[in-house]
Order: sequence, then structure tokens, then C-alpha cells
Amino acid sequence: MVAMKIILHIWRQDGPETKGAFKTYQLDGVSPHMSFLEMLDVLNEKLISNNEEPVVFEHDCREGICGCCGLMINGQAHGPDHETTACQLHMRKFKEGDHIWIEPWRAGAFPVIRDLMVDRSALDRIMQAGGFVSINTGNAPEANSTIIPKQNADDSFDAATCIGCGACVAACKNASAMLFVSAKVSQFALLPQGQPERSTRVENMINQMDQEGFGGCTNTNECEAACPAGISVENIARLNREFIAATLTSKK
Amino acid sequence: MTVLQSKVPDGPLADKWTQHKNKLKLVAPNNKRKYNVIVVGTGLAGAAAAASLGEMGYNVKAFCYQDSARRAHSIAAQGGINAAKNYPNDGDSVWRLFYDTIKGGDFRSREANVYRLAEVSNNIIDQCVAQGVPFAREYGGLLANRTFGGAQVSRTFYARGQTGQQLLLGAYSALMRQVKKGKVKVFPRRDMLDLVNADGAARGIITRNMVTGELERHAADAVLVCTGGYGNAYYLSTNAMGCNVTAAWRCHKRGAFFANPCFTQIHPTCIPVSGDYQSKLTLMSESLRNDGRVWVPKNKGDKRPPEQIPEEDRDYYLERRYPAFGNMVPRDVASRAAKDRCDAGYGVGETGMAVYLDFKRAIEEQGKEAIEAKYGNLFHMYRKITDEDPYKVPMRIYPAVHYTMGGLWVDYNLESTIPGLFVLGEANFSDHGANRLGASALMQGLADGYFVSPYTVGNHLAQTTPGEIGTDHDAFESVEQEVQGRIDKLLSIKGNRSVDSFHRELGKIMWDKCGMARNAQGLKEAIEEIRSLRWAYWENVNVTGQGNQLNQELEKAGRVADFLEYGELMCRDALAREESCGGHFREEYQTEENEAKRDDEHFCHVAAWEYQGDDKEPIRHQEELKFENVELTTRSYK
Repeated sequence: MVAMKIILHIWRQDGPETKGAFKTYQLDGVSPHMSFLEMLDVLNEKLISNNEEPVVFEHDCREGICGCCGLMINGQAHGPDHETTACQLHMRKFKEGDHIWIEPWRAGAFPVIRDLMVDRSALDRIMQAGGFVSINTGNAPEANSTIIPKQNADDSFDAATCIGCGACVAACKNASAMLFVSAKVSQFALLPQGQPERSTRVENMINQMDQEGFGGCTNTNECEAACPAGISVENIARLNREFIAATLTSKK
Repeated sequence: MTVLQSKVPDGPLADKWTQHKNKLKLVAPNNKRKYNVIVVGTGLAGAAAAASLGEMGYNVKAFCYQDSARRAHSIAAQGGINAAKNYPNDGDSVWRLFYDTIKGGDFRSREANVYRLAEVSNNIIDQCVAQGVPFAREYGGLLANRTFGGAQVSRTFYARGQTGQQLLLGAYSALMRQVKKGKVKVFPRRDMLDLVNADGAARGIITRNMVTGELERHAADAVLVCTGGYGNAYYLSTNAMGCNVTAAWRCHKRGAFFANPCFTQIHPTCIPVSGDYQSKLTLMSESLRNDGRVWVPKNKGDKRPPEQIPEEDRDYYLERRYPAFGNMVPRDVASRAAKDRCDAGYGVGETGMAVYLDFKRAIEEQGKEAIEAKYGNLFHMYRKITDEDPYKVPMRIYPAVHYTMGGLWVDYNLESTIPGLFVLGEANFSDHGANRLGASALMQGLADGYFVSPYTVGNHLAQTTPGEIGTDHDAFESVEQEVQGRIDKLLSIKGNRSVDSFHRELGKIMWDKCGMARNAQGLKEAIEEIRSLRWAYWENVNVTGQGNQLNQELEKAGRVADFLEYGELMCRDALAREESCGGHFREEYQTEENEAKRDDEHFCHVAAWEYQGDDKEPIRHQEELKFENVELTTRSYK
């Protein structure tokens, strides 16, 4: 395949308090075999050789599992490929002369740190509020003493595959984190280990989500469409049921 | 005669750990809150240790370079985690897991450590299940197992192809719980840039806040380094982009010995390099070799598409060279054989650095559906990256650096040669010898974090006065100044080559001369080449931007500077170890059938290097390995 020329429009912003703007770069010699992030590497090499500051973007494993990378590519979280993180997107999805617009996640709860990098620590704080089973090291009973129907284990696993990248928030017009929260709540609600804290968990995580400034869910399902891990909106339905049940039986 | 005290307790192998635990000193519950512990790295080892120590009542500070503790590279492990549960009733036991691991490591690890690893493996599974880790289950609701390399029993627990992710999220959730309780404080986006020692013990670290650029001092009564391996010395590896040797190397330069740095595992089935822009490599599970046949064209430079190359023009070189094991030879053998063919000019693909892994016969014999059921997700991932359909054309694969068995030297307590500095997980050297078996890395990380360090760190703390040395101590001042000096130097060079270009060049030297096969001449050349590259780096690197802001180039620059020093030590170690064992293959030391030839008479030891100064030769210490419970045998695959 032949190398392409592409036009990049990239959001540049020096820091959280400074004003950002799109800056345009032309990049020649883009191989269709490159991953999207490798294309950005090539751009950065070019910028460095011109003594310009390279574009800041978050990335680590480049295998689609760590959840570091997150870019709005032509208005789509993680770009045009279904169930694919930005790091697993390849340039063969683009063609000669394409204009590509690259932005950071846009959400009030994810302030921009620099260029394409945002602060997603709000997701950690939601996890701190209840995304765990309270078990200390050394306290565990024999693993096979708890029997879990395969279907429940599989459904729980489907929810547990969330990589915490925040694409669901970025894709949502309300910047809601409901898909993220519902994945963790579902994982534990489907397992016997999660039962003792089932009610408090969902209440605490939802409360924290609200405090962090994430929006509400209006069932547009953009989150599911953008999710690189394929987390289903069925989990949001389960989250709503869990939350209502918890509120009705709340002892608070 | 050695300065290395392994502190392996006396007594029968099976009782050592229990007896040792009984003798370790304890910190009373009401005193634990007086102690501060630093944990660097939040992968399986780090997150497990930080959460467990927090639960016990210590004040823990946990550091990671990622934006969240959940993203450490343990998350990328695919296959599974071993444990000696014997649920399949196929005769597994703690002894067998111990024996397989020590044999798999080609008899270059410590018996007592490996036995303890096997012993606590079952507790790990219990712990993870209780945390809500969704392991694969049978229809009856009990846990499922599968088979992995190097074992004749099914002892691998798994969560589809994402076992590492699920285990790490389990440890991370335990960690988050402690954060909420105020027992652990997590410092994300921090690079540990140096270790601070005072009065003969580790007392703290210097970190750089990667958002503001500020240097920070953190004091503690013990420091746990859980920062993973050094595979990125090769530039291209299956490691994450940020994985680095800096924390371990800085500890080494402050007095911690570095053990067996030449032991590197190169995995045979990875998606090959596709161009100069390549930034990392992606693993394809070795289970594919159960049904895939590896081949290259018989004729040099045969550019026909693979489907047009007839059977008689194909060289199934693994089946030819190893008729008994065929395509299922161990990782090190398969890797070297692929390199051999490509170096000789038979490689395929645009770059000529790949071999075919062909499923045609398997699909003909078993049907596409059966193959899809076994490997569907891997085929999908391959297609996403290469845009080729492996159901129709053979996969192109090539070996890649995957795991590093060497690491900071630790004793039985996982304590380094610096008192109070503990090293856990891939960052230490202790359990895998010269070659790690599949599904054992997750086991070791969690064993060290959940079930070993909580006991042994307490033993150290019980003999330490809490808070003896604070961040106002002179040692913090002088180390911070050194760190600042290094940063200022890197930023001031303003040469005309990028950090990455140096890293790539180092990687090429390492891969060519300290990779799958090494020889004395190549290693000597590599040492010289690395030295001149290091010299060029400090003259001509261009680190853009400032130190007092988020600066990814500066982050990389510090890491590459350390790899440029560390790479030399890897080559030195490879040169000094005049034998072949596990992943360390010295071309001069092989059998007539090209197998690794161990020299138990002269090299049945751990090599632990002591730093002497930037321009001085390091000292190579030896810890003799005593095998009292197993017999040293030759691994054979014929």
C-alpha cells in the first residue's frame, strides 16, 4: 500500500487554565499499516526536529487494554472503528488527503491537563466510593466453596471488562458516567461475593458520580456505541433497578 | 565466599516458610499506624502489597506513573495464573508446581523461594475469588482450569484472554477501598527518580510530579519497589510504552545489587514489525502453535504470496529440525529457529523479518468453526492490526521481547542488599531462574504482594524506629539536588536528535547482540557501541520543553538515559555467563543439536552485580544455588 498525505487538526492547549485552539499540521508519508498513535509519534518526531513542542497524548499499553488512550477523532470517541481503542485504530481506515480532527475527551468532570490529555481521577474516586468487595487479605474462604452458575459468572465477566477509559463519558451529550458505574455495579451484583454490600455500593457510587459533576443518563446509547470494550447499556438498566431497590430499602 | 546472605531458613523444604513466619518479628496492631511504607508501582505486586499493608494498619503511600493505579501493565497479561489446587484431579500438587517451575527456569532459581511460591499459589485463587474476580467456570459453577506450557497437568485459572486485567482490577479495588479508609494515599502521575538512603537503610524516594514538574520528597520506614521488568531496553517489546528500569536502576546505583540482568524471555509468536515507525509489539498467545504450522519458503527471496507457494517449496523448519516436538518446541527454541531463518534470508513479508504460522491444514481437518471456537479472539485481533484474514492466509509472526527474569537481587524476605528496600514481582529476580513458564508471572506478583511482603516487611519495621529520618534530613536534600541536576542537564543539551531515535538505536544493538542468541564477540562490540551511544546521547539529545510543566519528552529522556547505562550491564552479564541456560543462549555453548548447554559446574549460581561508580567496572558477586530437593537434569525436546 502507498503512503498517504493527511491533514491533522489537533487541539493544542498548554495547561488547564490556558485557552486552547486547533492547530493544523500536514503529514506526508503516512503508512496505512501504522496505528493511529504511531502516526502521532511520527508527527511528534517531525515537531521535535523543528524544535517545536510535541503533541501531548495519553497512551501506554497500545494493546487496547490499559485504558490510557482516549481521543475524539473526527467527533467520535476512539475514532471510527467499532469496539476499538485509539491505539488499535489503524491508518488504513483513512485515505489520501483526509482531514482528521483530534480533540481531548470533552467533559466537565475531565479537565484538560495539556493538549489531548485529561484528568480522569473522578473515575478513581467513584471506585473508592464502593467499587470493591470488603475482604481483607488472608480472609478468603476456599475458592470452590462458593458455587456460581456459569451464566452469572459470564455476565459478570462481560461487565467486568470495562477498561475505564472514559469514552462513554466523552461520547455522551450529558457527559454521564452511567455506563462506567453500571459496569462495576453489575459485576458485583451478579456475584454472591457482592451481595452483602449490594445496596450501599450502588448508592455510594451514584452519589459520588453526582458529586463529581457527571451528567444524568437520557438513554441515547452513545456510550455503548463508543465503548471499546463492548459494555452493554443493559448494565445501565440493571444499575437503575439496583439503585431503585437500594433506595426503597435504604436504612439511612 | 560471598557477601550475599540469602537468609533461606533451615529445615525441610515444605516447612521452611511456615517456620520462618513463626520466627519473624511482629509489629503490634496499635503500633502499626506509626509506620510509613512507600510502594512504588501499582501492578499486581504493588497494588496487592499496598492494599494488604494498608489493611494491616500501616500508613501506605503508593506511586505510579500512569494516571490511575488501574493501568499498570499487569493488565495486559492474557493467559492465566497457575495454582496447585488440583481441582481437575489430575495429580497436581504443591511439589509438582514447584518442580515444573524450577525445571522450567533451567535450574537457575532458588529452591526455597520457588517452593514458597507454589505453596501460596492456592491462597491467591481464594483471595481473588473472594474479591469478585470473575474467573472462568464450568457449568456446575465451579472454577475451570486449562493447560499451559511446561506442565502435564491443568492448573491454569483464567478469565478469558484477560486474566491480568481481572486480577489487577481485583487488587486495584482492594487498593481503592484502603484509599477511602485513609490508610493508603495513591500518587498517580509520579515518576520515582531516586532512592534516598540514610544511616544504612532505605528511607524514602524522590519523585517528579509529572503534571507540575515539581520534585517531591517522600520519607518512609520501608520502601517497596514493584516496578516491573526492563524489556524496553530493547525499545520494541510487548511491554507498555512507559515501562522502564529507572526505579530499579536508581536503587542499584544507591547500593542494591542487580541479579542476572541478561535473563530475558523472548516470546516466539508476536505480530512482526511492519516499519520504522513501529512503537511496540503485540503478543499472539502461544496456544496457537497447537494447530498452526510454522514455515518459510525453501527458496531465498521467494516473493510469491503464501497461498501460491506449493508444498514442495515450503520449509516447515520446526518439524524438520525437531521431529518429536515439531511446532510445540519451547519458547526459546522456537524463537531462535525463527531468527535463524530470517537472518539467513528466508524471512517473509515486506520487511523479511517474519515467518508464517499457517492454519490451512488445521482448518481442512477440523473445520473453520472448530478453529474459530479455539482462537476466534486472537484471529480477530490479528486481523485488526494487520488487515489480513488468518482463516485465508497464514499469519506472519516473529519473536519479541516479553518478560525479564533478572531483577534486583533479594533475599528470602524479598529484601535487597539495602536494608528496608524490598523488591516485588517482575522487578526482582527470585523465582523464574533463566526462563519463566507461562501463567507464572501473575502468580509471582500476587504471591509477593499479598502473602510474602506483608510478613517480611513487618519483620523489618519491627526492628526500626518509626519516622527516624524525615524529609528534612540532609540525605533528601543531596539526592534531590542530584535529580534536579540530571533534569537540568538533559534539558540544556538541546542537540539535534530526538530521545526516541536514541532509544531505537539502543534497542537495535541490544536485539542484534544481546537478544535471542549471544556470543562473546558480539557482546564485547555491544558494550563499546552502547558506551559511544551513551556519550552521543549526553552530547546531542534534544529534549524539548521545560522541566516545570508536563513534559513527556523529559519523562522519556530520563528513562532512556538509564536504559543506556543498564543495557551495558545486561551485555556484561551475558558475556560473563559462559554457558547457555533458558532464555540466555550463548552460541559458543550449545550441544551438537543446537540445544542450550548448561555448565552446572561453573555457573550454578546467581550473578549479582554491585555498582562501583559511573566509570568503574561493576563487581560480579555470586550466590551459589544449592539443589537439595531436586536433581539437576538436562531439558530435552527431542
